[in-house]
Amino acid sequence: MNEPSKIVKTIASIIFPFITVYGLYIIVHGHLTPGGGFQGGAITASGIVLLLVAFGSAEIAKKIKESHLSILESIGALSFISLALLGLSATFFYNFLAGSNFIFGRIPPFGSNPGDMNTGGVLPLMNISVGLKVIAGLSAMVLALALFARLKRGRKGVRKK
Amino acid sequence: MIYNIPYMASAILVIVGLYAVLFKRNLIKIAIGITVLESGVNLFLITLGYRENAVAPIYTNLPEGTSIPEGMTLPVPQALTLTSIVIGVAVLALILSFAVKIYQHYGTLDSREVRRLRE
Amino acid sequence: MNMSYVLLHAPALLIAIPLFAAFLTPIIDRFSKRVRNIFVLAVLIIEEILMIIFAWDVFTNGIHVYTMGAPNPTSTVPLQSAVPVRIVLEVDGMSAFMGLISTTVSLAAGFYSIAFVRKETGQGKFYTLLLLMLVGMLGMEFTGDMFNLFVFFEILSIASAALVAYRSYYGDAVEGAFKYLIISSIAGSIVLFAIAILYGQYGVLNIAALAKAMKSTTLDMIALVLLISAFAMKCGSVPMHFWIPDSYTVAPASITAMLVVASQASLYALFRICFSLYGNTSYVATSGAILILFGLLSMFIGVTMAIPQKDIKRLMSYHAISQTGYMLLGVGAGLYLLGNPDFSTHGMAAMEGGIFHIFNHALYKGLLFLTAGAIFYKTKTRNLNEIRGLAHSMKFTTIFFLIGAFSIAGLPPFNGFASKLLIYESVYHVNPILSIIAMLVSILTLASFMKVFHSAFMGPPMKDVERGDVPKSMLFGMMVLTAGIILFSIIPGWVVGHIVHPAAQSLANQSAYIRAVMGD
Repeated sequence: MNEPSKIVKTIASIIFPFITVYGLYIIVHGHLTPGGGFQGGAITASGIVLLLVAFGSAEIAKKIKESHLSILESIGALSFISLALLGLSATFFYNFLAGSNFIFGRIPPFGSNPGDMNTGGVLPLMNISVGLKVIAGLSAMVLALALFARLKRGRKGVRKK
Repeated sequence: MIYNIPYMASAILVIVGLYAVLFKRNLIKIAIGITVLESGVNLFLITLGYRENAVAPIYTNLPEGTSIPEGMTLPVPQALTLTSIVIGVAVLALILSFAVKIYQHYGTLDSREVRRLRE
Repeated sequence: MNMSYVLLHAPALLIAIPLFAAFLTPIIDRFSKRVRNIFVLAVLIIEEILMIIFAWDVFTNGIHVYTMGAPNPTSTVPLQSAVPVRIVLEVDGMSAFMGLISTTVSLAAGFYSIAFVRKETGQGKFYTLLLLMLVGMLGMEFTGDMFNLFVFFEILSIASAALVAYRSYYGDAVEGAFKYLIISSIAGSIVLFAIAILYGQYGVLNIAALAKAMKSTTLDMIALVLLISAFAMKCGSVPMHFWIPDSYTVAPASITAMLVVASQASLYALFRICFSLYGNTSYVATSGAILILFGLLSMFIGVTMAIPQKDIKRLMSYHAISQTGYMLLGVGAGLYLLGNPDFSTHGMAAMEGGIFHIFNHALYKGLLFLTAGAIFYKTKTRNLNEIRGLAHSMKFTTIFFLIGAFSIAGLPPFNGFASKLLIYESVYHVNPILSIIAMLVSILTLASFMKVFHSAFMGPPMKDVERGDVPKSMLFGMMVLTAGIILFSIIPGWVVGHIVHPAAQSLANQSAYIRAVMGD
């Protein structure tokens, strides 16, 4: 397979930060506008997939290692469950940040207003954890499938029974 | 009548998906059939939440002067559909990686040849 | 942190602790392998102890309810509304019973896997997925909400499918896992369709609230048919049993033991739908008859297809299908008699037999699969034509196999006999033919296991097999299950009275289930 041309590589490198910022915007504003953890994470992961398609899997596999993605994914999941367990003074998953003076603690006024960023309690933090996990998970998935395809129907890793 | 069209579309998608899973031989076509089946069920789930002339459920209360009893569409089916889509993505990823491994071992993707476990 | 606090929050803690540990395992795995093994075993032991204490409390004190995210665990219906608004976990006798089974078999499988997969690659992911399977099983058994049931059902099936394909350098392992995943995801879509039908009609997802609002329309009957077929597809009863031999054979042996318990979690979901959700409608007698029919077909077809098999694990998986038929027969007979005045004598005895058989089956079938794995570990083959004379060198494994084989055939004094006798006696009053077929299947089971014992363990020893038994951790895993079998064989009366009877009673008592969530 020929190497992708210079135009594709340049345009992909220019577009990639915009996609990432857009995806992170959707993750963080999940408690106000449509969006949230999975949706924003999928958009950011598609930015990484764009880089994978533009530069080829050999190049990208040198920069992004699968073990780092695994650690990132575990951190995302662990922070989600820790936030749920921190509410255990009342119950599991209790929203202990809503109504308090800590970060994200305001309660929005009742009525048809869009609310503001400082509300939501424990929800934006959980959105960020889920977004991190989804980014790591989806990129690892596509990277693994791309590396599989390079094995070229070989008998590598196949054992007779 | 026009409000029944999404339900009919969902039924057609489910039937097409079941046909692909039951009667096609290529493993990738079976995976596509599973995805179409799940899309049909998701469409059915989210159509249940629709109410006529209603706003999206992102405010804490209706705009002033709205006189319809149910002024917002139901938010719960939206959450259920989102969860189901995420599960569908995970299942599809696993099915495709199994298909790649099977191609590595058997050299073919025809489900009649992939049959070492017999009887 | 005293005992009453732990017991109050126990339904959520039992699900949260393995979930936390499952995602901590890859991080620990980067540092040291021994620490990871010890960590996983410690988590499984803590789960088992917590489950035993919690189950004892549920059996003596009644239903425990837990609302996730509320200011107080028992406030299911807030003041301003008429229906429950959050995800409610509801643990009654039957849920605690199934939870005991799941944690016990997971503990045995965890011990066994330490030595069994020592030489494979990717072990960190293996233990993560094992803990996620435990989370899925406990989630399905503790929940009181239909959509939560679907989510944990999918967690369980994805984790199990990935583990079935664990030894991916064999081609047929991946093939078996592919079939398993296709069947599971179709069953999941059918369950979601039925949940959507029920939600569209009544607007609630909580099982107790649905049961209170149920009006038995035609759409409810369609939802019942879809739910029964989807859960019967996942637990391996006969019209949809084709995936079981393929996937149970190729999985590593400890995972096969856990797959048995995973199928029983789907069986639990089937019973919960038929008894607690539709228990007050007029479909009860027909669904009981359908369950009895599935049970009969499974028993007979399972054991007749098991006899000519040459692969030892494939033979055992056909027997798993046949024993699932016993459970369906027992509880189906109880469901059939649910409205009758006959229920309190014969119906309750049939249900106790079926439910006791669930626990016994998990114990002895798990033990048999673990011994088959031990044979594979030593001789590297599963073909009965090539294995012989293993009793000379593998003494402990032979004893464990004999205990398992006598239990499954229903010989006294083992626990298989106790539960089968309850089923024979009570099902006789529904129709004598059912009892006769059940006894015939039991005789054929004994015949096929005698064939396996004779050809695998008797005879002159094989040439290129080293002397000595399998490593200690595998023996310890098998001993956990054997201890359970021997305990149940010595005191079956106490077990039925104190463990099985509360489970059967809470399954049949739909009004107490509704009252625990909705108040009066």
